[in-house]
Amino acid sequence: MANADCIVIQGSNMAECHPVGFQWVAEAKARGAKIIHVDPRFTRTSAIADKHIPIRAGSDVVLLGALINHVLTNDLWFKEYVVAYTNAATLVNEDFRDTEDLGGLFSGFDPETGQYDPATWAYAEPGGDGVESPGGGHEHGASAGARAAGDEHGSGGPPLEHAQLQRDETLQHPRTVFQILRRHYARYTPEMVRDVCGIDVDDFAYLARAITENSGRERTTCFAYAVGWTQHTLGAQFIRTAAILQLLLGNVGRPGSGIMALRGHASIQGSTDIPTLFNLLGGYLPMPSAGRHDTLQEYLESIASKKQKGFWTDADAYTVSLLKAWWGDAAREDNDWAYDYLPRLTGPHGTYQTVTAMLAGQVEGYFLLGQNPAVGSANGRQQRLAMSHLKWLVVRDLNLIESATWWKDGPEIASGELRTEDIETEVFFLPAASHVEKAGSFTQTQRLLQWRHKAVEPPSECQSELQFFFALGQRIRQRLAGSADERDRPLLDLTWDYRTDSRGDPDSESVLAEINGYHLAGPDAGQPLSSYTQMRADGSTAGGCWIYTGVYAGGVNRAASRVPHGGPGPSQSEWGWAWPANRRILYNRASADPDGKPWSERKKYIWWDEEQGRWVGNDVPDFVADRAPGSRPDPDLGGAAALAGDDPFIMQADGKGWLFAPKGMVDGPLPAHYEPQESPVANALYPQQQSPARVTFARTDNLSAPSAGTPGADVYPYVFTTYRLTEHHTAGGMSRWLPYLSELQPEMFCEVSPELAAERGLENYGWATIISPRAAIEARVLVTERMTPLVIRGRIVHQVGLPYHWGVGSDAVVSGDGANDLLGVTLDPNVQIQESKAGSCDIRAGRRPQGAELLRLVGEYQARSGATIETDNVRITDPAREILDPRRED
Amino acid sequence: MGQLTGPTDPAADARWHDPGPRKGFFTDTSICIGCKACEVACKEWNRNPRDGDLELLGSSYDNTGALGASTWRHVAFIEQGRDRIEEARASGRALVSLGMPGLGAPATADPAAVSTAPAAVSTAPPDTPEFRWLMSSDVCKHCTHAGCLDVCPTGALFRTEFGTVVVQADVCNGCGTCVAGCPFGVIERRTDGTAAPKTKRGERKGEQPPVPNIGVAQKCTLCYDRMVEGQTPACAKTCPTTSIKFGDRDELVAQATDRVAELHAEGMTEARLYGANDLDGVGGTGSIFLLLDEPEVYGLPPDPRVPTADLPQMFRQAGLAAVGMIAAAALSFLKGRS
Repeated sequence: MANADCIVIQGSNMAECHPVGFQWVAEAKARGAKIIHVDPRFTRTSAIADKHIPIRAGSDVVLLGALINHVLTNDLWFKEYVVAYTNAATLVNEDFRDTEDLGGLFSGFDPETGQYDPATWAYAEPGGDGVESPGGGHEHGASAGARAAGDEHGSGGPPLEHAQLQRDETLQHPRTVFQILRRHYARYTPEMVRDVCGIDVDDFAYLARAITENSGRERTTCFAYAVGWTQHTLGAQFIRTAAILQLLLGNVGRPGSGIMALRGHASIQGSTDIPTLFNLLGGYLPMPSAGRHDTLQEYLESIASKKQKGFWTDADAYTVSLLKAWWGDAAREDNDWAYDYLPRLTGPHGTYQTVTAMLAGQVEGYFLLGQNPAVGSANGRQQRLAMSHLKWLVVRDLNLIESATWWKDGPEIASGELRTEDIETEVFFLPAASHVEKAGSFTQTQRLLQWRHKAVEPPSECQSELQFFFALGQRIRQRLAGSADERDRPLLDLTWDYRTDSRGDPDSESVLAEINGYHLAGPDAGQPLSSYTQMRADGSTAGGCWIYTGVYAGGVNRAASRVPHGGPGPSQSEWGWAWPANRRILYNRASADPDGKPWSERKKYIWWDEEQGRWVGNDVPDFVADRAPGSRPDPDLGGAAALAGDDPFIMQADGKGWLFAPKGMVDGPLPAHYEPQESPVANALYPQQQSPARVTFARTDNLSAPSAGTPGADVYPYVFTTYRLTEHHTAGGMSRWLPYLSELQPEMFCEVSPELAAERGLENYGWATIISPRAAIEARVLVTERMTPLVIRGRIVHQVGLPYHWGVGSDAVVSGDGANDLLGVTLDPNVQIQESKAGSCDIRAGRRPQGAELLRLVGEYQARSGATIETDNVRITDPAREILDPRRED
Repeated sequence: MGQLTGPTDPAADARWHDPGPRKGFFTDTSICIGCKACEVACKEWNRNPRDGDLELLGSSYDNTGALGASTWRHVAFIEQGRDRIEEARASGRALVSLGMPGLGAPATADPAAVSTAPAAVSTAPPDTPEFRWLMSSDVCKHCTHAGCLDVCPTGALFRTEFGTVVVQADVCNGCGTCVAGCPFGVIERRTDGTAAPKTKRGERKGEQPPVPNIGVAQKCTLCYDRMVEGQTPACAKTCPTTSIKFGDRDELVAQATDRVAELHAEGMTEARLYGANDLDGVGGTGSIFLLLDEPEVYGLPPDPRVPTADLPQMFRQAGLAAVGMIAAAALSFLKGRS
């Protein structure tokens, strides 16, 4: 980011939530970069930005879409880059219909499942049909959504059957991606931005000028986002919109370019690379689904076709190496490398589905590790009540967090909904070691693995996660020893042989060595792999996460590299280790023009060296090292061999950056604006109010506020948004127990504008009660001009800001009502993230009632609004104006 | 006692043989993000107890309030609208038109400063924003002429070889004279009150380890214990945006003067220096600041003056009075005789 000429921070409060990473923004600013912050609130990020642009929460696609339209209509796009490196020239098949044609739906919507069949979004084939997915047919959105298939694209794009495509490099054909894009965003105008986002036309012009003047050969613009973009019913599409814009401006794969995903804490990136998610295996390999992936063959075919381009075609080598790492000698060719030992998905097993299953009495036990859902998850009451249905609950944490004490001092005890003596859940609290008390790696936002050494021994019985799970595995295996039951084989055959110290504790570096992988056969048997290209599908290699291969090359822990300032090179490659292959900028082939020359001296990074016949430069080239710029191999070769000299996007099935996504997104090939699940504003772009493919939970404990245009919409007239403060950490487990941090932000508060304070009689630093259809909470009031009322089509829309760090309990230094109790649960279908950045509420002066009175207050509001489980949960808002295509014969 | 006013090298003045360069802080508030990491790092390193009563202070995001016996770094948060921003710009411009790039820019002492007053100040300020949020991390000033040190009767306060001012807790008798002697209100006695982990509502929240140094004067030491080991003070070390810089005071003053000139050239004429003028009432401070408004806005005295600066004059006047009284007495005796 330090190399950017303009940085747009949107959907993120970077200075407050990533103060250490913000040093690079500060450095860019010191070098003259323009910093723009687009956010509902004026925050500490806005304070040192050149400009703050207030926006209505949840309307970002309109702003970004209007920027796309501005760039296209004013011919400000980076032509050579777009034509050569993106799919702008690719033809889409003729059955595709856009939201412009169908009243807000794309072709293929299935109102019964509430999901899309993406078959019509496919690229056109030279023969005339659409390019299919490998294995035949497209996966219906209903099943792709159920396994949150979008998560699989953490390291590369979705598969295509082959890469024989039709292209029109003049971009004139009406079915080119470029022309489709142009039509799709034609109505996203500055005036639409004013009317939907509340951003005036001058501010839009300022933003448009800033990013276009700072893009092109000589300059680059970079975007940064965090959960302000992701936590929406169309969160993944927010990021897609930015990706389209950045591709059009040539801001991908170059120094100071890109879209920076700012992860929430120390190793959240690591927890998706080596996942703690229900739907992924290591390195973004999908978790197999029952019925779809019954054999290894079916599974591998679904990941990538051997005929598509790029490095995903070697998914068989990555998968077999993973199975060898886990099951060693028990993984043999004749048992498909123990593929059947892997569990299978039978539906969405995300956190919110698990909670509803708990409420239905279908879950017996629950492990909580570094997670405080009683405070940190949406609809906190639902979370706590669900836990009361468990037989047992294990909480491993640094402190007695609210998720471990809800049964004695939670809000439901106070309201009388739960009585301690009636709760049958057995709660175990196991103390955890902190990050300074254990060795291991963190993978941060930039894909950088950094090793941390143990500074002190953990006190008393505190254990690291590694110690805990290693010991748990040993005990379970002892219990099962000698079992003849087939179902116990996966546990008994696991390679559970990490190096241990004198106390029997596993050595974390030996886990890293397994993740890196090693040769099993040949002269190098036992030696670490140095690159994922060494992985084989014949059982001769093992490795726990293909994208991490190389971190332990030569038996050296490269995550522990700590050359000051990362060494002399501009990519600072000697500090930590970045996956893959210690590459600091992904897709960096795009930093050179189609002929392999740097776009400009100022932004040179990787280029083709004619004499050496190789790509060289300031980083590890993200390309086939000796593939000349002008090469045009036969696409039928498949894999890396099929990549042309101007296919920089080596993890995409066609080697191009995707403006239009023929696959991979379950809720549309192009981002379209829909309002949040509950919104006081009607969708100005389409008759369809909410994202049609969103995942809903129509339950009485999860009611939604009536949206604009429906009766009762005025009962919850304000928008609220939740966020974090620098002084606290997420649900507070690591900060509200620390006196030094607690004193800095001691009390739950809400932020309101002076105008809203006047409208509702709120006093600065007095109390307010905030009511949603799920809960009512109290907070101290901060009346501040940092909150701006927005004018949306002549009407004032007020937003209420709520930090979510506090929870109700008795053990922390500071406690308070939890903002997340106000949230409902509605999810993005690509990745199953909840919409927590925009909701509807009312606010009034004074403290909330206590005990059963509190429930009566919530119930009285619900009754007045007329909310039922149908409210906001219909699939098609206006059947008269929206068209289902292909037409269904009912 | 050494020199009481005006520019001097305080360590040399305190009879240190061959002192090194004077050390100090330069806090550039224009790049502060208000993360308060300095407050926390300071407390952790110095093992200072939690302060305050765990309730919102009613002062934007500031909940520690002010510097005190247990809070040695304090971040102020000031929310301002357009009118106030324009006033700040005008007052900053006025400083330049007086030939000073900022309040307290050394007018004569530092020849380097003269050249930094931008010859041609950009006359086109950027659009005045509608709103801004100032953040500034305050700290002990480590004055050239330190009131606290000069009035300390026990010698508990001393001038270090780095030119900084440090309390020796085991010598201090808690008399509190220094508290009145500090023109910035920095030094305080640590009382039981600040240490008890209770709220105004009387709830007991969280356990604290036993509080050290109760009853004696406490303030920032510029991490003397770290400096003698060649380490950077905890706050500067932790600052993510380099808003807090540590180094040789001369170099920091030069850097700060350049930074003011740079901001003025960008049209941010509200930028000014605080504490960098060796001719001010405390002889300049070891901790200097780049501010974006008048010092009062940040809770800093606009024209700090060490009380002992007037000592010679007071002695002269007292002497004069004594002479007068003696003369009067003598006169009365003489008169009586006559």
